[in-house]
Amino acid sequence: MSKFKKKKSGDLPAVSTASLPDIVFMLLFFFMTVTVMKDDTLKVQNVLPTATEVAKLDKKNRIMYIYAGKPSQRYQAKYGSTARIQLNDKFSSVEEVRPFILAEIASKPQEIQNVLTTALKVDGETNMGLISDIKQELRKANALKINYTTRKGDVMQNLQ
Amino acid sequence: MAKRDIPEVSAGSMADIAFLLLIFFLVTTTVETDSGINRQLPPNEPPEEDVVIKQKNIFTVEVNRNNQLLVEEQLMELKDLTEAAYKFLDNGGGTGDEACTFCQGAKDSESSDNPTKAIISLRNDRQTDYKTYIAVQNELVRAYNQFRNREFKRKFPGERMDFIQATDMYNDPKTSQSRKDELKEKLTEIKGMIPQKLSEAEPRKS
Repeated sequence: MSKFKKKKSGDLPAVSTASLPDIVFMLLFFFMTVTVMKDDTLKVQNVLPTATEVAKLDKKNRIMYIYAGKPSQRYQAKYGSTARIQLNDKFSSVEEVRPFILAEIASKPQEIQNVLTTALKVDGETNMGLISDIKQELRKANALKINYTTRKGDVMQNLQ
Repeated sequence: MAKRDIPEVSAGSMADIAFLLLIFFLVTTTVETDSGINRQLPPNEPPEEDVVIKQKNIFTVEVNRNNQLLVEEQLMELKDLTEAAYKFLDNGGGTGDEACTFCQGAKDSESSDNPTKAIISLRNDRQTDYKTYIAVQNELVRAYNQFRNREFKRKFPGERMDFIQATDMYNDPKTSQSRKDELKEKLTEIKGMIPQKLSEAEPRKS
């Protein structure tokens, strides 16, 4: 008998899965760190328009969000299909914008109260009338810094 | 007595647990949009004095209920808006005190005197779509940015960047304070030369 036995060919060695948990953990940590928890549940349709000349928004705690658009499909039976404003978690009328903004400003620390920005997250199909009304209310509340939140992309997409 | 062996805990299910967590985070992750067009609203008090502005220094843009554009009383496509606004800003038709030293435009006496005097007035209808409004705003801002980029490059060739890049650098927290001060001075100078005067009229009811 020879000392060197020939290995049987065709028998593939099993791939070691010992490093699989490490790989998965790496992915897990990536997603854990990038995840941002949503504060508001959207009740309106919110397809933002696109723009190219965008600027980054300030830190998250310096921003007040106002949503507007048609109510989502499941709320349409109750609220109709005309565009509505959403503040925090509920549908609101234009008159409620000012108290909301003033309450938001009051809830922030004193140092940043005059650098707050109002982000308008408005659906592309909304009529400008509603937005002008919101802007008038913001002027009355003296919250003059606003930001039209948009996605980055070609403007011509808006016209289709 | 022989030492009893501690049985090893099997790590085989570790991957499954990690996968479960991974899938949870994958599903809950939403990509937040946190960028947009910044605007400053005018204060609520009505202006005290009436400012007289020459008609030729105003560039009127109207958007009607069918999302059509009327620029300086002429129908226009959105794609031509930036160029028209740029031409208007860069015109520099003023003479004497109002002359514009850096403009390269046509020097038409019927168009704006000086970028500091030029005002773009935007009026839309209550029925106009928000996305059209954003598109128009974007194109007008783009005209300003193009002009500012050109002047920034011409005035500060040593920087090897344009106005937008310089603004980004200024806003970047990694930039050192001394560099920021230096940039701020330059940016303010360009902004003084070409102020963004975009006025919005009350929307028309129809």
